[in-house]
Amino acid sequence: MSALTPVLSAFWDQKDSFTIAGYKRNGGYKAVEEALSMEPDAIIQMVKDSGLRGRGGAGFPTGMKWGFIPQGDNKDHYLVVNADESEPGTCKDTPLLLANPHVLIEGVIIASYAIRANHAFIYIRGEVTHVIRRVQQAIEDAYKDGLLGKNIRGKGFDLELVLHVGAGAYICGEETALLDSLEGFRGQPRLRPPFPAIAGLYARPTVVNNVESIASVPSIIEKGAEWFASMGTEKSKGYTLYSLSGHVKNPGQFEAPLGITLRELIEMAGGIRAGHRLKFWTPGGSSTPMFTDAHLDTPLDYEGVAAAGSMLGTKALQIFDETTCVVRAVLRWTEFYKHESCGKCTPCREGTWWLVQALKNLENGEGKPEDLDKLLDLCDNIMGRSFCALADGAASPIISSLQYFRDEYLEHLRNGGCPFDPAASTIFEGVGVR
Amino acid sequence: MSIQEVNRTGTSELEPAVEMVTLTIDGFEVTVPKGTLVIRAAERLGIQIPRFCDHPLLDPVGACRQCLVEIEVNGRKFPKPQASCTIPVEPGMVVNTQLTSTVADKAQQGVMELLLINHPLDCPVCDKGGECPLQNQAMSNGRGESRYEGKKRTFEKPINISAQVLLDRERCILCARCTRFSDQIAGDPFITLNERGALQQVGIYEKEPFESYFSGNTVQICPVGALTGASYRFRARPFDLVSTPSACEHCASGCDMRSDVRRGKTLRRLAGDDPSVNEEWNCDKGRWAFKYAHQDRITAPMIRDESGELREASWPEALAVAAEGLSVNRSAVLTGGRVTVEDAYGYAKFARIALRTNNIDFRARFNSEEEREFLATLATTTVKYSDIDQADQVVLLAFEPEEESPIIFLRILKQVRKRSLKVVSVAPFTSRGNSKLGAEVIKNVGNEPSEIASLALTSKSVVLVGERLAEIAGALSSAKALVEKTGAKMAWIPRRAGERGALEAGAIGNLLPGARPVKDPAARVDLQTAWSVESIPSEPGLGTDQILEALHKGDIEALLVGGVDPFDISRDAIEGLKKAFVVSLEIRNSAMTEIADVVLPVAAVVEKSGSFTDWQGSRRSFDAAVSDSLQRSDLRVLSMLAEEMQRPIHLPTVAAASKEIAALGTWDGNPATFAPSASIASKVPSENQALLTSWRNLLDEGTLQSGEPNLAATAKKAECVISADRAERLGVKDGDLIRISNEIGSMTLPARIGDIDFRAIWIPRNSKGSRPLLELGTCTHSLVTVVKA
Repeated sequence: MSALTPVLSAFWDQKDSFTIAGYKRNGGYKAVEEALSMEPDAIIQMVKDSGLRGRGGAGFPTGMKWGFIPQGDNKDHYLVVNADESEPGTCKDTPLLLANPHVLIEGVIIASYAIRANHAFIYIRGEVTHVIRRVQQAIEDAYKDGLLGKNIRGKGFDLELVLHVGAGAYICGEETALLDSLEGFRGQPRLRPPFPAIAGLYARPTVVNNVESIASVPSIIEKGAEWFASMGTEKSKGYTLYSLSGHVKNPGQFEAPLGITLRELIEMAGGIRAGHRLKFWTPGGSSTPMFTDAHLDTPLDYEGVAAAGSMLGTKALQIFDETTCVVRAVLRWTEFYKHESCGKCTPCREGTWWLVQALKNLENGEGKPEDLDKLLDLCDNIMGRSFCALADGAASPIISSLQYFRDEYLEHLRNGGCPFDPAASTIFEGVGVR
Repeated sequence: MSIQEVNRTGTSELEPAVEMVTLTIDGFEVTVPKGTLVIRAAERLGIQIPRFCDHPLLDPVGACRQCLVEIEVNGRKFPKPQASCTIPVEPGMVVNTQLTSTVADKAQQGVMELLLINHPLDCPVCDKGGECPLQNQAMSNGRGESRYEGKKRTFEKPINISAQVLLDRERCILCARCTRFSDQIAGDPFITLNERGALQQVGIYEKEPFESYFSGNTVQICPVGALTGASYRFRARPFDLVSTPSACEHCASGCDMRSDVRRGKTLRRLAGDDPSVNEEWNCDKGRWAFKYAHQDRITAPMIRDESGELREASWPEALAVAAEGLSVNRSAVLTGGRVTVEDAYGYAKFARIALRTNNIDFRARFNSEEEREFLATLATTTVKYSDIDQADQVVLLAFEPEEESPIIFLRILKQVRKRSLKVVSVAPFTSRGNSKLGAEVIKNVGNEPSEIASLALTSKSVVLVGERLAEIAGALSSAKALVEKTGAKMAWIPRRAGERGALEAGAIGNLLPGARPVKDPAARVDLQTAWSVESIPSEPGLGTDQILEALHKGDIEALLVGGVDPFDISRDAIEGLKKAFVVSLEIRNSAMTEIADVVLPVAAVVEKSGSFTDWQGSRRSFDAAVSDSLQRSDLRVLSMLAEEMQRPIHLPTVAAASKEIAALGTWDGNPATFAPSASIASKVPSENQALLTSWRNLLDEGTLQSGEPNLAATAKKAECVISADRAERLGVKDGDLIRISNEIGSMTLPARIGDIDFRAIWIPRNSKGSRPLLELGTCTHSLVTVVKA
C-alpha cells in the first residue's frame, strides 16, 4: 500500500496557503536562494538526475528539455508555463494555482535562471477567473518582495514574469499553438521543426513546461535529486498529483508517488459511489484510451499505463460506475473535440464533424452493426493522420470503448435507443429531482 | 505565424555549394539538393503524391494531410505516416508513397474521403470543374463513393471578399494557399482564416476588403472552386476554352501569361509559369484587364470626307487616301509605347523608307532630349531579375514598383523577406509599396539629382530607373554618373510594355533598328544594306515634343500615329495634331479618331502574334490567341500602306519582321554618346504653394482597363498626400477636401496626411477625379497653390 506524499498540496488546508506569507511560513522561497547560488548548468543537471518528467501528459524528461536550449547564443531565451489546463477530467493545475501559486513562481525563477531566460510567461486559460486573480496577486507580491524584477536577491539575475490570459481554446494547450496565441495570433499548432527549444516564442529558444513540472522544481532543489528519485518507479520518478473525479465518494487531488494503482486511490477516495461498482475510467483525461475494472492494479506510471494500452496523460482519473452509458459519455467527449478542433488539418476538422454525427446515430439506436466497423475505420483514418495530437485524443475514447464495450453499442442498435436511464448516473440520483 | 529568422549576412548565402542528398522513394534512388522536400524529390522520379496545401512557392504548412507517406530514416520508421510536403530529405531516407505502401494509400484515401464529406457536389456548375485539383485527385486517389451519410456543412454563398474575388465557403478545403500567398508573396495579409473547426473559413476584416494588386493569384492557386473571379464566374467551362501562351501587354515586367479564348473572345487570362520572370504570379491588371479589346472596336477603315465627317471606306480607298496624304516632304511618326517589337520595327522601317525621315518617337508621355540620349546608351543593357536576387541593395529612382511594374515589386519583396535586402527609394513620400519593402525613402523633391549623386553604392547594387526620372532635369545624368562611378548595375523601367522593344527597334529619332545610332555612318550603312535602300536620313529626327511643336507651327504636314492618346502627352497636343494630315492605326475609337483624316483598324494584342521586350531586354513571343481574327497587325497595315506609296517595306507578316530583326542583330559598334544635362535649381514654393508630384497608380483610368468594373472597384481612391505641417497650416485632417490650382485650372481632392517632403504634395496622375495633366496642364515638379476647399 502506497502512502500519500503531499509536497505541492501539503498546505492546501491552511487558509492562507496562497499568500506569500503563508508560503514562506511553510518554508517557501528557500529553494530559490539556494538555486541562485548554484551554476545554472548544475541546476539543469540536478533536474536531469531527479528523473522529473513532464507532468502535462507527454512525460518528456524536464531536465533534458532544458538542456536543449542553446547556451551562449546571444539570443533571448524564454520560459513559458503552460497553465491552459483544459482537458476534460483534468483538474490539477487549477487547484494547485488556487491554493499555492507561489510554488509555481518559485519554480519559474529557478527554471528561468537555469535556462538563462530573463522573461517568463504563464499562459493561463481564460475561464478560471478566480485562479487568474490569485496568480496575478502572487506575481505582484513576488515583485514587491524582490523575487521578480531586477537583480533578484542581489544575485544579479533579472526576471520579468508575465501572466497571459488565454481566450479559452483547448488547442492552446498544445505548446506551439500556445506560442502562436501568446504572440497574438490565432492559436493553431506550428510546423515542427523548428522545435520551441530552437525557435519558440518570437522565434527564440523557448522552454514550454506544464505548471506541475515547474512547481516540482523547488522541492528538488531543496531536498535533492536523490530524494525525488527515491519516490516512484524505475523510469517514472517522484510524486505527482492524481485527480479523481466522477463516481467516487470523495473526489479530489491525491498527491502520491508515481506507480500507485487505481485500487489504492479509490480506497483513499472512500470507494466507488455507494451501492455501485466501477465500469470504466480514464487514466489521464478523456483523450487517453479508457480502462475498465480489469485495470485496477495497473501501476499508474508512464510505462505501466502504456503497457496496458493507454497513456498516463495528466493523471486525470475520471471514474464511471455501471449506471453510465459509455456511448453517451464518448459522444459528449467527441462533441468537445469537435468544438475544440482548430480547423487547421483535414482529419481533425472533418473527422470530428463526422464522428459526432456517427455517434449520435448510434446513441439513438440508428444504424447497422457494420456501422461500428465503419466507425473504427474512420478512427483509423483520423488517428495519427492529423497535424497535432488533438485528433488522436478524439479517436482514442471511441476506439477503446469499442474494444471493451462493443456489445453496449450493439445493445443501442437492438434497443432502438439508449438502454440507460441518464438520471441514474447523476449526482442527484435518488434525491428525487427527476 | 512566427517571425522568421532572416539572414542578414547579405550575399554569403547566394552562392551556396549545393550539397546533394540521396534517398530512396518507392524503391528508386534519387539525388536531390539538401533541403528539398520529400514531395518534390518524388516529383523528380515522376511520382505524383496528391496534395492541396502544398505549393512550391509558399512556405510549407502541412494542413491538408493529403500527401501522407511512410518514411524510414536510419532504419527507423516513423510511427505515423508523414506529410511529405513538410519533411526535407535526409541521406538514406526510405520513402514509400501510395504506390508501394498500403498504409500511405489508405491514409490518402481516408483524407480524401474526409475532404469530400463537406464539399458540395456542384462540380457541374463550378468554375473549377474540369480543371480542379480536388476533382482530379479525388479520381486518382479517392474512393468512387463516400460512406458519409450525414449533413454537409453549408454557408451563404457566395460572399465578396473584394469586388473582384468571390468566396464560396462550402467549397473551401482550408488549404490556406490564398492566405499564405497574400501574406508571404504579396505582402497584403488582408485575408485570413477565421473561426475554428469545421466552421473555419477565409475571411476579411470587415473594414479592410481584399484590395491587393495581386488578389487574382489566389483564384488561380485555389485548388478547388472556392475563390472565383467575379468577371469570369459562370462564364465558361474549361474544356470549351482554347488556351494560348501569351505575353502581358500592360507593363514592362514581362509576365508569361495564358489567354483562354472561346469563339473569338478572350474569357480569362492566367499567369504563366516562368521562374526567371514572374514565377507563377501576375498582377490583377494583367489578369483582368482585357475587355478593352471587346469594346468600341473600329472594324473598317474610315476616311474624313469633305464635310469633315468620318465615313467608312474600303481598304483600297483608305490606303490610297492615306498614301497620298503621307507623301509629303515633312512628316513624322508617333507609335505610342504599346506596340509589339515587330510592329515597332515596322513603324521604324516605314519612317525611314516610306517617309524618309527619322522623325519618330514612341514616347507618348513626358520626354526630353536628355532622356533620349540616356536611352540610346541603355538600349542594349541586360540587367535581369536574377540581379535583384543577388543585389546588395536595390535603388529605386522615381520608380514605384508596386504601381508601375508589379512583378519587379514581388521580386524585390521576395528578397526583402528572404534576406532583408536593402531598398533605397528616391521618392516624395513612403508609398504603401515602399513601406512593404521597408525602403529607406529619400525625400527631397526638386533636389533629386544631388541626392542621387550622393548615394553610396557598390558593384553589386542594382539601380532601377523609372521612366519618370526623365521628368527631373539632370536626374538621368546624375544616375548615369553614379553608376559609372560605382560600377552598380542600372536598368530602365518604362511603364508600358512596348517601350523597351520600340527603343531597340529604332522607333525613336536617334536610333535605328538594333539600337544603331543614327549619327554613326557605319550604322546607317548596315541598314542601307539590309534594306537595299540608297540612303537613310543622317540627322537624328525630332522627339515627341519637337514633333508637336513643329505640328503647331505647321512645319510638319503629315503624321502617322499608332495607338497614341494625345492627352497622355500634353493638354494641348491635340491642337497641333488637328493642323496636320493624320493617319491613325487604332483598335478603338479615341481622341485620335476624332481628329484623324484616315483611320485604319488594327488587331489587338490577343488577335495577333508578336513579341514584347521586357525591362530586362528579354523578348517574349506569343501567337495569336484569337486565331481567326479578321484584324490585321500594325505591321501588315504599314506594309500595305508602304506598297501603296510605292516605297515598300517588305514586311507582310510578323514572321518576316522577326526574321529581319534577328538578321540585323544588335549594334556592336561605337556606343551612342551621352552629354550630361545640368540640373535645374528647384523652385521654392511659398507658404500656400507646393511642388506637385504624381505617378500613375496601377489601377486607374488607363484605357486598357476599360470595361472592367470589378477591377476598377479595387483601385485606390484618389487622394492628395500632404505633410503634417501643411495639414496643420491649412487646418485640414485626413479626408478633408483641399483644392490644388494653378493658372490653368484646379482640382479638389481629399487630403491624406503622409510623410511627404514638406515642400511637396502628391496626387495620382490618371485616376478618377485626379487627372492633373488635363486639369492643370502639368503633372510633376511644378508649383501649384494648395488651399482648403
